[in-house]
Amino acid sequence: MQSMTFKKLLSQLNVFAQCKQYGLPLWQCPHLIFPVMGISIAVISVLAYLLGTRYIVDPALACMITLLLAAFLLATSFIIVKSLERLAEANRLKSEFVSIVSHQLRSPLSNLKWSLELLMSGKLGEVNKKEAEYFKILAENTARMSELVSDLLIVSRIEQGRLLFQKSDFSLSELVKEIVAKYKPYAAASNIRIDLDNAGPSSLVEADPSQIKSVIENLLDNAIRYSGGGGSVKIKITEKERSLIFKIEDSGVGIPQQDQGHIFQKFFRSANALRHQTEGSGLGLYIAKSIVERSGGRMGFTSQEGKGSTFWFTLPIK
Amino acid sequence: MKKILFIEDESVLQKTFAEVLTGEGYEMVSALDGEEGLRMATTSKPDLILLDLILPKLHGLDVLKQLKESPETKEIPVIILTNLEGASEVERALELGANTYLVKASYTLAEVTSKIKKALGE
Repeated sequence: MQSMTFKKLLSQLNVFAQCKQYGLPLWQCPHLIFPVMGISIAVISVLAYLLGTRYIVDPALACMITLLLAAFLLATSFIIVKSLERLAEANRLKSEFVSIVSHQLRSPLSNLKWSLELLMSGKLGEVNKKEAEYFKILAENTARMSELVSDLLIVSRIEQGRLLFQKSDFSLSELVKEIVAKYKPYAAASNIRIDLDNAGPSSLVEADPSQIKSVIENLLDNAIRYSGGGGSVKIKITEKERSLIFKIEDSGVGIPQQDQGHIFQKFFRSANALRHQTEGSGLGLYIAKSIVERSGGRMGFTSQEGKGSTFWFTLPIK
Repeated sequence: MKKILFIEDESVLQKTFAEVLTGEGYEMVSALDGEEGLRMATTSKPDLILLDLILPKLHGLDVLKQLKESPETKEIPVIILTNLEGASEVERALELGANTYLVKASYTLAEVTSKIKKALGE
């Protein structure tokens, strides 16, 4: 553990490697410029002191030297700002790239989806059992791709601050009831029982109901998916200090301790999640947390490997 | 027999919809770009227009604007069928007088067909 931290520290001190990672030239790399600036400030402070005491009889010269040094500092900070601008621009271009690619992928995916639906409907001719089986596989995989592309689009919108929120007042308890009713057959198919505490608070929240619906569906889908066929999922909504708290507890595989700090990161999938379910992009929880935070709430979890997880989020009461 | 004009540059989609809509008892005519779509809206006098937004020659929103400005075509219901789902496009299309705005990725063929029937008052 200690050697790991030491190695990490050493790698951070390797300025050349750090700069290479960002694809920036050395003179534009914050990892180099910041230490250079720090050393410069220290040297300048000492010099200013020495000059001040030694050339006190010629203040004009002391002033001139100090001015020159200040100009040097100004130039260095300008370079730093420029390099940070470049990093920000690169980040913006990345989001734009993801957005364009996702849009471009959507057209062929819609063509595929609708052509398959037409084929499966039998309107073009009778479909035999074997064909139907393979059409179903194609349709499921097309749906999976569409979902991934939609998630990527949402992520790029979150990063660009363009995710649309159409806020209205609604009952969180009612919304949860509707979602649970929809998911019950799916859970039952995996031999999982969903227990919903029906006496939820009647207070309304002000948020985008379709966005909050996607958050709850994501949490419920995860709870069922990682329960490993069997067990129960408990959902409860409570009220505390002008907030509603939604809590979902599963008896699933849980999240290993070492993965818990990364669970809300984009594309992160915990090692035991990968063992149980190869599907999944690792974007769901990142999106869910972003939506909850943009709605004025917070999101978190507690988990124990092998025993299950409890995810929660809060929403301010209207 | 009611006539539907489908303005869409993807010929695969044209083919799929022709199959579905003729199966439902409609006549479908198609245009592959915005300008052709505008021309056909006047000449073939459809009962409903299905309109994509990303189109060659003339953007779908410009087509919609001109359709709603012309006395000959302004009464024809228009359903937008696109993969663009930005807030600005949805808002602009509805403001210009589109009947419904459908995002391709979110609807099945059966759902689109039922929206068409609803727009035709069936």
